[in-house]
Amino acid sequence: MSDKTEKSAPAADAAVPETVPALVPEAVPEAVLGAQAAPDPTDEASITAAVGQAVAAFAAAATLDGLKAARLAHTGEKSPLSLANRGIGSLAKEQKAAAGKLMGASRGQVSKALAARTAELEAEDAARILVEETVDVTAAARRRRAGARHPLSTLQERVSDIFVGMGWEIAEGPELESEWFNFDALNFKPDHPAREMQDTLFVEPPEAHLVLRTHTSPVQVRSMLERELPIYVLCPGKVFRTDELDATHTPVFHQFEGLAIDKDLSMADLVGTLEHFTRQLFGDEAKVRLRPNFFPFTEPSAELDIWHPGAKGGPRWIEWGGCGMVNPNVLRAAGIDPQTYSGFAFGMGIERALMFRNEVGDMRDMIEGDVRFSEHFGMEI
Amino acid sequence: MRIPLSWLRGFAQVPADATAEDVMAELVKVGFEEEGVHRPGDDISGPIVVGQVLSLQAEPQTNGKTINWCEVRVVPEGLTQTLTGDGVDPSGVQGIVCGAHNFEVGDKVVVTLPGAVLPGDFRIAPRTTYGHVSAGMIASVRELGIGEDHDGILVLGTLGLDPEIGTDALELLGLHDEAAEINVTPDRGYVLSIRGVAREFAHATGTAFLDPAARISVTRSSGAGYPVRLEDAAPIYGKPGCDRFVARTVHGINPTAPTPAWMSARLRLAGMRSISLPVDISNYVMFELGQPTHCYDADKLADGIVVRRAAPGETLRTLDGKVRTLDPEDLLITDGAGPIGIAGLMGGASTECSDATVNVLVEAAHFDEVSVARSRRRHKLPSEASKRFERGVDWQMADKAAQRVIDLLVELAGGTEETTVTDVGTEPAAVTITLPSGFASALIGIDFTDGQIVTALTDVGGTVEKIDGGYRVTAPSWRHDLETPEDLTEEIARLVGYDKIPATLPVAPPGRGLSRPQQLRRRALQALADAGLTEVLAYPFISKEDNDTFGVADAGAERSAIKLANPLSEENGYLRTSILPGLIEVAKRNHSRGFRDVALFEAGLVFLPDGTQGTESIPPLGLLPSEDVLAALYDGVPEQPLHIGAVLTGKDSPLAAGHSARAWDYADALDFVRLIGAVLGVEVVISQGLHQAFHPGRTAVLTLRSGDVVGYAGELHPKLLAELDMPARSVALELDADQLFEAAPDVIVAKHISTFPIATQDVALVVPARIPAEDVLAALREGAGELLEDVALFDDYRGTGIGEDRKSLAFGLRFRADDRTLTADEATAAREAAVAVAAERFGAVLRG
Repeated sequence: MSDKTEKSAPAADAAVPETVPALVPEAVPEAVLGAQAAPDPTDEASITAAVGQAVAAFAAAATLDGLKAARLAHTGEKSPLSLANRGIGSLAKEQKAAAGKLMGASRGQVSKALAARTAELEAEDAARILVEETVDVTAAARRRRAGARHPLSTLQERVSDIFVGMGWEIAEGPELESEWFNFDALNFKPDHPAREMQDTLFVEPPEAHLVLRTHTSPVQVRSMLERELPIYVLCPGKVFRTDELDATHTPVFHQFEGLAIDKDLSMADLVGTLEHFTRQLFGDEAKVRLRPNFFPFTEPSAELDIWHPGAKGGPRWIEWGGCGMVNPNVLRAAGIDPQTYSGFAFGMGIERALMFRNEVGDMRDMIEGDVRFSEHFGMEI
Repeated sequence: MRIPLSWLRGFAQVPADATAEDVMAELVKVGFEEEGVHRPGDDISGPIVVGQVLSLQAEPQTNGKTINWCEVRVVPEGLTQTLTGDGVDPSGVQGIVCGAHNFEVGDKVVVTLPGAVLPGDFRIAPRTTYGHVSAGMIASVRELGIGEDHDGILVLGTLGLDPEIGTDALELLGLHDEAAEINVTPDRGYVLSIRGVAREFAHATGTAFLDPAARISVTRSSGAGYPVRLEDAAPIYGKPGCDRFVARTVHGINPTAPTPAWMSARLRLAGMRSISLPVDISNYVMFELGQPTHCYDADKLADGIVVRRAAPGETLRTLDGKVRTLDPEDLLITDGAGPIGIAGLMGGASTECSDATVNVLVEAAHFDEVSVARSRRRHKLPSEASKRFERGVDWQMADKAAQRVIDLLVELAGGTEETTVTDVGTEPAAVTITLPSGFASALIGIDFTDGQIVTALTDVGGTVEKIDGGYRVTAPSWRHDLETPEDLTEEIARLVGYDKIPATLPVAPPGRGLSRPQQLRRRALQALADAGLTEVLAYPFISKEDNDTFGVADAGAERSAIKLANPLSEENGYLRTSILPGLIEVAKRNHSRGFRDVALFEAGLVFLPDGTQGTESIPPLGLLPSEDVLAALYDGVPEQPLHIGAVLTGKDSPLAAGHSARAWDYADALDFVRLIGAVLGVEVVISQGLHQAFHPGRTAVLTLRSGDVVGYAGELHPKLLAELDMPARSVALELDADQLFEAAPDVIVAKHISTFPIATQDVALVVPARIPAEDVLAALREGAGELLEDVALFDDYRGTGIGEDRKSLAFGLRFRADDRTLTADEATAAREAAVAVAAERFGAVLRG
């Protein structure tokens, strides 16, 4: 920090009581300070007058220093009341009781007035110091950066938590996958056009049959191979297609897929699960609608629309993903007997959800890593 | 698939006032997504009428052109002109200047009258030109938006049309028609035809379907037709490449007969250009019935047709003029002279129909899906025909489609049908499926009635027979996708309506929540965000150079990395082995947008090739692979650990009054490493290290207590930063998070907290400058023994009074006993013991 900024910094620490110039002692009237004849402790009128003078002096003191001077003048060794008090000793025995009582009461009155005025002035002083310590809070420096999660991560975690709340578990797997996990195990026939529906990124050498997964479905296959039945898992993650990046496409994006394998699961269970889930994310008014569609890994298959009550421009149906009943060939590939078990699966895009739920207009904002994009969301979504 | 509504109306009950949108709204119910609307009438509006040229006067101009001053009758003689408006002559005869010369007096033409609008927002109005007031225009096909030809105006006689004067030309040319476009999923090839769409429209609306195939009466063969042999010596997956070939002949067609306007209008709406009458008819029948056909010039064929696989080295010049080298797997149509077509893809140039063709041989064949798909990919020759063959064509349609082509040729080109029919091949066995009672209801969750099941399966074309315990269903010949009870169940649910499926919520068994690594990952990432860093998600595609620099510590070493076979960009053609290059790119993007002070982090997988990569073969679908094969599949997938990386550039906080922002430095990188370690409960040991991407003197190698390296952190190499155009002193860290998660303790054992007073002692030790502070700390800890509660380095001084190559390190030692208050003597003794070890180990001396 430069010297210049140091000097221009707000002087929050400068307002200490000792250095306040207003506390310079005030002039005390000579009449009060000057030596006086001791009043007669039996003379109630003159004692009362002295008390009156003391109380008036305290009240007149505007500062703690002024009050100190007044205290010395009216309660000090040479003050009329002290002198009068001392005079009691020389009084006749029968006068002493009455004079003692008078002096006691008078001095009590004076100390009470002094204490009250002290408290008053101290309170005034404290209040003034607080005023003097005022800073401009709107100019306070931001000392720590506010960090942020990426909204895609936040949304993905939010979605995961909803399913965890339903007793599901979160399954994950590799992004570079064997073609078998990505296609064949999912009932994609080697020469069927369905395999080209998803423009795949392959790696060298082609004989290795490795692809960047085109969906998180290979994690479903791994889950079926590795987990005990019944299975209820959500598979969120990054997926890849050969799309060029533009406002509505990106070659790298995020999905979450759900898989349930159990005895006697039906498409009605799929509808119920999706409905429960979408209500958590879009509110109680949300609904789901299925339309017939085709996927190699499900039969029957459906396109999933959700009724988004908070959609920009008013509630409407929005296309969000695909779903269906797990194709028995997929179960067989994972060694599960389709006679005993059935299952449902669904898959939705996180980017798409961010677009229609949070009104992100351009896919590139999610990809480019501009700090303004994430920082706007912070830790929430 | 584009569906001209007028065409669909021929076979389905589409209401007269229904729009393309209405049709799509119905089709979406049965599973066909809306793609768009094609409505040429939106771009063109009347008055556009048929006119007859009454007079034509050629007038040479000074600019070298000759224009024709024409009088054109647009209202039949004796009738009155009902149109009014600027430029419309009440006589019914318009004066028009025309630059074209391809017409004569008496020709019927299309007249765009004042007030008409043509495609491209071309507004017709009377205008003064070449000394005349030209009140309208005689239009060409291009001006009408129905063709490319602009050499002359459209003479209706060339289309075989002789309409009444004054006829609405838009109606005549089919411009009031519109098309709905739907997406057809790859399992439903049969919907790539008006026939299939009409059937689905009937399903969606519960109305009648009129099968266009049922109207075709196939000629009973009067004898042997054109010789055709099917000789597939190498079927793919055991399926012959061609299992039906119908060949029919028409003689004596008029080679220049035009394609009628209604047909070219429908083809245009369906997305096809009009080429010649035989080709247009072939395409028209394909769109109508779903069966591709091909027309050969019969006079160019020699010695009969053989369908066979290609011989090595064989070539074919296809219709598009390209010479293609054929693969032995390509299925060919050949004649005595060699190949005349690649099955299902494209015909050869040598046997093409031309404007001299009078005898036509029509082919309607049934080719194997896989064979066509592979040839199409090999030759990169997608076509409307290959699209249909790949998705499966109705075997039963070949003879009907050939007949329909013949009928249209005879009707429109005046030929004579040859009554001999060639129809060779073997009909595949029909697929029968057993659907147990209750199966569909259990799978869908709707209690389907027997009536619903039988009706649905019959409506889609199946034959349903009730058997004990269920139904035996014979799939229709066009439904190659119906093989299992699940397939039938989808049809039942689809026709009953997916909207009838109720919602029930299955209860999952008790779950275990997030796994430990999942929790730890969230915790680590949240900690970084809480500490002020911003998470980004970069693409994992980077360059070879970046992998070589960031992916391996030793200078000059190459990082083996996985190369993409079809990268999005050649430059970033590899999968990342380090997370830092992506973060640096994002940091630079932020710099370029005016943000120099950034703190970014990312967690993502990196791709480490190791040992075996992938598997040579892929097991078949629908079967659990053997344990060995499965193990090989698992092992073949390269290691992909989760890495956490961060890059910090510029200052740690924003500029503000009364606050001095600090430049990020290597210690910040280390602090974030410690933060990650702390939230995970893992001790990350920081030691002096070397990594080619980092400053050689400001790099920490990060290890676990076990000694395993888990990452690097520090200041990036100044030379590298300069090359990357990054701010000097930028710092970074990268950690293998999976290793950290694994090292995270399951249980942390509590530490005893002594409440006895603390005894503190400070000591300043002079040691050689090269000794790391951490080593001196370790020596002090060791020497001080168990009374030492904590020791911290609080000063590092070099310079005057210390000596060359030496430094003075000041430590604060805190002593405490579990069971008593320490005396000053005890604390001093412990301190001296600590110093003694440092002295012995490093020659440390107390600073005087």
